[in-house]
Amino acid sequence: MQINFFIHYFELQSTFEMDDNRNNHVQELAYIRSMMEQSSRFISLSGLSGVAAGIVALMGAAAVYVYLGTSPFTGRKWYDVDNAATYEKWGMGYQTFFMLDALLVLCLAISIGYFFSRRKAKKAGQKLVTPSSMKLLSNFLIPLVSGGIFCLMLARYGYFGIIAPSMLIFYGLALINGSKYTLDDIRYLGFVELFLGLLATWFIGYGLLFWAIGFGVMHIVYGLRMYFKYDR
Amino acid sequence: MKDIINNLNKIFDSRMRLGIMSVLMVNDWVEFKNMKEMLDATDGNLASHIKALEKNEYIEVRKMFVGRKPQTSYRVTKLGEKAFKNHLDALEKLLNSRD
Repeated sequence: MQINFFIHYFELQSTFEMDDNRNNHVQELAYIRSMMEQSSRFISLSGLSGVAAGIVALMGAAAVYVYLGTSPFTGRKWYDVDNAATYEKWGMGYQTFFMLDALLVLCLAISIGYFFSRRKAKKAGQKLVTPSSMKLLSNFLIPLVSGGIFCLMLARYGYFGIIAPSMLIFYGLALINGSKYTLDDIRYLGFVELFLGLLATWFIGYGLLFWAIGFGVMHIVYGLRMYFKYDR
Repeated sequence: MKDIINNLNKIFDSRMRLGIMSVLMVNDWVEFKNMKEMLDATDGNLASHIKALEKNEYIEVRKMFVGRKPQTSYRVTKLGEKAFKNHLDALEKLLNSRD
């Protein structure tokens, strides 16, 4: 009986009003869905990942300094391509050493970063693979992979001086692009890297120094900041 | 039909409250400032709706100092989560039943 009464009640209302009501509910659901999607951010990013990546980067940069037999602030000779072509140490040519060093830093930083973030996610009872973490990853990787290919091309044509600044610039853009889906600090780190990269284009020859500051020091600084802000 | 209508929670009868709950459902602690940005709300409006949800124990509040700045964050409670899910189910059923 009650049900019948209710149906009649609805039938009596103008169809316009009914549609209006229905539309409201549809809109409500759409709004809820979009708010949930927009606001879900990947928060398991661990500050310690940043610190570890920074330390690894500093070690990588230090290895290059040792290889070249120089120290920060001295000499710009290592981007002298003519010289570099004949440079050899530890049984490795200039380019082989650089590629190996970069690859090692990248792999170590990613695996340690993955380890700490997984640990943090586990502690908080969250999953590492979520829609927001996947969105973060894809948005982060688009500029980063383009930058990586671009840098390889620069190396191929011998524009060594501009590689370190390019890495910083593309990395900064990747961070800024991905930051919508994770903690705000990443966005600021992105701007810092971008600024350092652009600055480095002005000081060609000091690329490694800027690289060490951007990928080493800045990661440690922001990693610690995030660690004390979120992880404890 | 009537049951379904009854299942719609009166407390969620506002777009702002739906927004607050949606954001909290998929996040852990969310700061007032961030919530304001996400929902594009004014301080007063957001605060009054938060208060209503808090009164019903659908959300909980955490106040702490970060440096010298006070920081207020919110999180959905178990009760709130259940109520919101019921509300969503009811909304969905209501829509499906009239197709």
